[in-house]
Amino acid sequence: MTYVSLTPLDLALAAILLVVTAGLSLAFRLGLERTIAVSAVRMCVQLAAVALVLKLVFESGSSLATAAFALMMLAATAYEVGSRQERRFQGAASYLIGGAAPFVAGLIASVFAVSAIIGSEPWWSPRFLLPILGMVIGNALAGVTLVLDTITIAASRDRAAIEARLALGASRTDAMQDVLRRGLKAGMTPILSAMAVAGLVSVPGMMTGQILAGADPVDAMTYQVMILFLIAGATGIAVVLAGLAAVMLLTDDRHRLRLDRLTTVSKTE
Amino acid sequence: MLRVDTLRLAPLPPLSFEVAGGECLAVEGASGSGKTRLLRAIADLDPVEGLVFVDGAERGEVPAPQWRRTVRYVAAEPGWWSDTPRGCFAPEGMDTGRLDRQLDHVGLTRAHLDREIGVLSTGERSRLAFVRALQGEPKVLLLDEPTASLDPGSAALVEEQIRFQLYAGRIVLLSTHDAGLAQRLSHTRLKLPKPRVVLANDAGAA
Repeated sequence: MTYVSLTPLDLALAAILLVVTAGLSLAFRLGLERTIAVSAVRMCVQLAAVALVLKLVFESGSSLATAAFALMMLAATAYEVGSRQERRFQGAASYLIGGAAPFVAGLIASVFAVSAIIGSEPWWSPRFLLPILGMVIGNALAGVTLVLDTITIAASRDRAAIEARLALGASRTDAMQDVLRRGLKAGMTPILSAMAVAGLVSVPGMMTGQILAGADPVDAMTYQVMILFLIAGATGIAVVLAGLAAVMLLTDDRHRLRLDRLTTVSKTE
Repeated sequence: MLRVDTLRLAPLPPLSFEVAGGECLAVEGASGSGKTRLLRAIADLDPVEGLVFVDGAERGEVPAPQWRRTVRYVAAEPGWWSDTPRGCFAPEGMDTGRLDRQLDHVGLTRAHLDREIGVLSTGERSRLAFVRALQGEPKVLLLDEPTASLDPGSAALVEEQIRFQLYAGRIVLLSTHDAGLAQRLSHTRLKLPKPRVVLANDAGAA
């Protein structure tokens, strides 16, 4: 099997479909043509930049460059989770949890994968570590966003019930257990559904990519299964870390519910 | 003996008072004057500066859950965390005749424990929360508008049970808009001043 390299002309051909969409937007006066153009250009620039940077990192093979790229992922994750919260913690806590939980969990899973399973030399070899780390963090991030959102909203809504339990002498972990459980469930749902329908509804992106690049479908599947296991494991760790942190932040050492530590963010699309 | 020492609930001046066992303090004042905040502060449900002692122990010296087993706050609108009231009662005291009597005294039966929370009336929920708060025999009861959602008959039953708690030597603080209730039950009445309307933020809002 051969790997078919795409030329800029091939990309231009694919872009015709997008031009058609923009044309439809004009015809139906949806006013989306500008957004379509901006999004398309933005996507190209972002991916090109990442590809160039990755190429540089791979060629340098430097541990420092690998770490720097991983830290950039951490910053992007923190911003992504933090800025998506409907009710954010005062100060930087939402960003700290949002960055730390997926990153720590992702790092555990990826380092485990490259050292124990793949066995790349050295273990931090960027060509293996960075794509896996990115995929794992990207999924854990979605879970953590849901956990934080669910817990902060549920705690606000169920305030009377939580405070009734506290007033009757429950500890903060007892009083918040329903909220925590609901949050953890919400955070685990996407990855569990993804595993359940993998291959049935859509062939996962990575597997598609490998098959297009000439890999044997069975080999591609093997990699995909490993990645899904890693993602599920990392999401579990990240979701629990974020859930516990959120519960601790929403209560204090005197076992009080501290909704005053939340700020409501008006959602702007 | 409950002793409150320079409790700071802005914008009120620091509050200090004592209530002896078997006595009732009625907290009165307009809505927003801080009645609920005062009761919540004594139960340590909000961070408020000042000292609160029960029989010599200060609230900060006792683990919070243990404090709230002694000093029991009952919200005006009680919270429920399970489908029926039964799930919100500690399982230990469920099968005692004592609970039956306590329910009976406020005009309820054991059957009310298994109705859906949403099907119970506001008054029934309020009385169930009152009975729930009596479990574990707290020394101090902080009742936030205990009769506000009750019809006159049920209100009289609850009032009688509060009196019974006082006879048993418990300390009761209750917030109320009902001057008659305050007069009949309380040994001392604490009137919180009307909150001053703050207009400072209005200017910029428009």
